[in-house]
Amino acid sequence: MKIDLREWWSFVRRLATDDAYERYLEHHRQHHPNVPPLDRRTFYLREQQRKWSGVQRCC
Amino acid sequence: MRKLLWILVAIIGAFAVGGIAINRGETINAMWIVVAAVCVYALGYRFYSAWIAARVLTVDAMRATPAIRLNNGRDFVPTHKWIVFGHHFAAIAGPGPLIGPTLAAQFGYLPGTLWILVGAVLGGCVQDMTILFLSTRRNGRSLGQMAKEELGPIGGYAAMIGTLVIMIILIAVLGLVVVNAMRHSPWATSTVFATIPIAILIGLYLKNIRPGRVLEASLIGVALLLFAVAGGGWIDANPTIREWFNWDGPSLAWFVIGYGFIAAVLPVWLLLAPRDYLSTFLKLGTVFLLAIAVVIMSPEIKMPAVTQFIDGTGPIFGGKLFPFVFITIACGAISGFHALVSSGTTPKLISNEADVRLVGYGSMMLESGVAIMAMIAATLLDPGVYFAINSAPGVVGATAEAAVETISSWGFPVTVQQMNELAHAMGESTLFARTGGAPSLAVGMASIFSSAFGEGMLALWYHFAIMFEAVFILTTLDAGTRVGRFMLQDFLGHFWKPMGETSWYPSVLIASALIVAGWGYFLYIGVVDPNGGINILWPLFGISNQLLAGLALCIATGILVKQGKLKYAWVTGAPLAWLAIVTTTATWEKVVSPDVRVGFLAAADQLAARLAEGTLPPAQAAVAPQLIFNQRLDAVLAIILTLVLWVVIADTARVCWRVMKGLPVLPNSEAPATVVTVTETRITITETR
Repeated sequence: MKIDLREWWSFVRRLATDDAYERYLEHHRQHHPNVPPLDRRTFYLREQQRKWSGVQRCC
Repeated sequence: MRKLLWILVAIIGAFAVGGIAINRGETINAMWIVVAAVCVYALGYRFYSAWIAARVLTVDAMRATPAIRLNNGRDFVPTHKWIVFGHHFAAIAGPGPLIGPTLAAQFGYLPGTLWILVGAVLGGCVQDMTILFLSTRRNGRSLGQMAKEELGPIGGYAAMIGTLVIMIILIAVLGLVVVNAMRHSPWATSTVFATIPIAILIGLYLKNIRPGRVLEASLIGVALLLFAVAGGGWIDANPTIREWFNWDGPSLAWFVIGYGFIAAVLPVWLLLAPRDYLSTFLKLGTVFLLAIAVVIMSPEIKMPAVTQFIDGTGPIFGGKLFPFVFITIACGAISGFHALVSSGTTPKLISNEADVRLVGYGSMMLESGVAIMAMIAATLLDPGVYFAINSAPGVVGATAEAAVETISSWGFPVTVQQMNELAHAMGESTLFARTGGAPSLAVGMASIFSSAFGEGMLALWYHFAIMFEAVFILTTLDAGTRVGRFMLQDFLGHFWKPMGETSWYPSVLIASALIVAGWGYFLYIGVVDPNGGINILWPLFGISNQLLAGLALCIATGILVKQGKLKYAWVTGAPLAWLAIVTTTATWEKVVSPDVRVGFLAAADQLAARLAEGTLPPAQAAVAPQLIFNQRLDAVLAIILTLVLWVVIADTARVCWRVMKGLPVLPNSEAPATVVTVTETRITITETR
C-alpha cells in the first residue's frame, strides 16, 4: 500500500513536470558526466522557453 | 468469455443509441447519452483502433521510437504511456469542445450527439492517431514538414497558410466568447482580471522563490483563483467598486487586444507558462468533477431530440442541419488543430509505437467525451432559457419582453420573470443575449454542480465556470498569438533576414502586432455586430478547423498509398471525403446563399441597401460600413480556405495517381528502422518507471 502511494505520487509529479529537474540531473549524470549541469532556475527558464516555441495548446 | 462481454457492450450500446434516437417523449435522462457514448467509445477503441494499429499502420512494438534513439533528456524523452496521454490530452483539450456543442444544441440534442460520437470514432480519433504515428516514424516532424516531404512544396505551403488563418480566426472567436461573458458583469470581469496578477505571482514564484516546483505553485494559484471567484461576488455587492468593473463590449475587446499583445511579447515564464499550469489543473479537475456530477445527478434533458431549426432558421446561427452541424461541432468530433499537436511535441515522448493507440485515439475519445458533457449541460436547460441566453438582440428583439415573446412563439415558453430569477440566482444583472456559449454552458454546469454537490451556491458555481472557461481561453489566446508570431517571423524572414530572428525585439514587436491586429480586427467587428458576431465567426472557425483536418487526412492518405496500402486508404480517405463535402457545401452556402442569416454577400448587400436608403437607426448606421466590408472579407476568406483544401486534395490525388502508374514520387521520409534490443528495453522500462 505504501509503495502504491509513492508510485502514485511520482506519477502525479511526473505528469505535472514537477520532477523535470531531477530527471534532467539524472540524464545529465549518465550522458555528460564531465560537464557541470545547469542550476535549477536556469534549467526551468530554458525549459519554458523551449516548451513555448511550438504548438502546445489547442482550441 | 471476453467475446461475450463485448457482445454485451455492443447490445447495450445499440440499445442506448436507439433509445436516444427514437425517444420522442417530453424529456430523456442524460444517462442514456452517457451510456451510449461509453459503449461507442469502448467498441471503437477495442476494435477499430486495434485494427488500424495492426493492419493499416502496422505498428511495430519492437521498433525504436525517436524518444529512445534521440533521447536528449529534454524534448526527446521516452515517457510512460499514461504520462504522455495526460500531456497530450491537456494539450488538445481547449474551450472548443465546450462551445461547439452548446451552439449546435439549437438543432436539438440528437444531431450534435450523433456527430460527436460517429465523427470522433471514425474521424477525429483516427486522424489524431494516424498523424501521431506518422510523425513518430519521422522523428517528430511537424505537419507542414511532412506535407512538404511526402507530397511536395504545395502541400507544405497550404499547411502553413491554413495554420496561420485558423490561428487568427480561432483567437478572434475565443476572444469574443470571453468578452460576451464579461460584458456588463462586474463579477465575471473582476474575476477574469484577477487571474492575470495571480498568474504573474505564480510566475515569479516559479522563477525566483521555488524554481520549477510546479505542483505546489499550481496549488497556491488554484486556491487564489477560487478566492478570486468568491471575491468577485463581494465586489459585485459593493455599489461603488462594482462600477469599476462594469465594462461594455468594445472596451472589453480593447482590453483583450491589449492583453494579447502584452502577453505575446512578455517572457513566457512571467505570464504564459504559469497561466497554463493553472488552466491545465483547472481543466483536468473540472472535467473530472463534471463527469462525476453528471453521473450522480443524471439530469433530465429538456431540449427536444430535434428542433424545427434544422430548416436553417435557427436563432443562434443561420443554416440548415447539413452542413452546419458538422461545421459548428469541430472540436469534439474531428479537429484539425490536433494534428499540429500530434506532430511535433507528443511524438518525441512516445517510448513504444504501440502507445500511439492510447495516446492518439484514446485522448481524442476523452475530448469527445468532454463535448458530450457540454451537450448535456446545454440541453438540460429549459429550451426557452437556452434560447434566451444564446440569441442575439438583432434576432429575437432588443428588449426582454420582445425576446421572450419571440422565443415563446417558437414553442419554447419562457418568461421575463423566470429569466430575472435565474439571473439573480447566478449573481448576474441579466442573462439575456449572452451569446457565445460560455454563459449558457456556465448556467448548465452551475445547475449540475450545485444539485450534485449542494444547493444554494449557484452564483459561485456559475462564476467558477466562467472563470474556468476564461482562464483557458486566455491561455489559448496567449499561446496562439505566440505561435502565430513565430510563423509570421519565419515567413517574413524569407524576405528580410533579421525579421526571421525570433528573439530580435523589433521583429518580435512587429510580428506580434501584426498577428494581434489580425485577430483583434475580427474580434472588434464581432463585438460591435448587433447580431452577436458569433454567428459569423464560429462557422468560419469551423470551416478553417475542418480544413486543417482535411489537410492532415490528405497527408495520411497520400502516405498510405505511397506505402502500397491502397486497399486501406479509405480509413483516412473516407473522413477526408466527408470533410471535403461538408466544408465545400458550407462555404458555398456561406458565400452564395440569398438568406441574409447564412450568406455573407447577401447580408452585406442587404445592409448596404438599407444604409443607402437611410432606414438604419443611427447607432447601426455608424458601424454598417465596417460590417459590410467585414462580411465581404469573410466571403473571400472562406473561398480561399476551401480552395487551399482542394489544391491539397488535387496534389494528393496526383501523388496517388503517380504511385499507381509506377511513376517516381518523393521518397518515403521515415527514419530508418532500428530494433530495440532487449537490454535497451530494460533501460527504457526502468527509466519510465
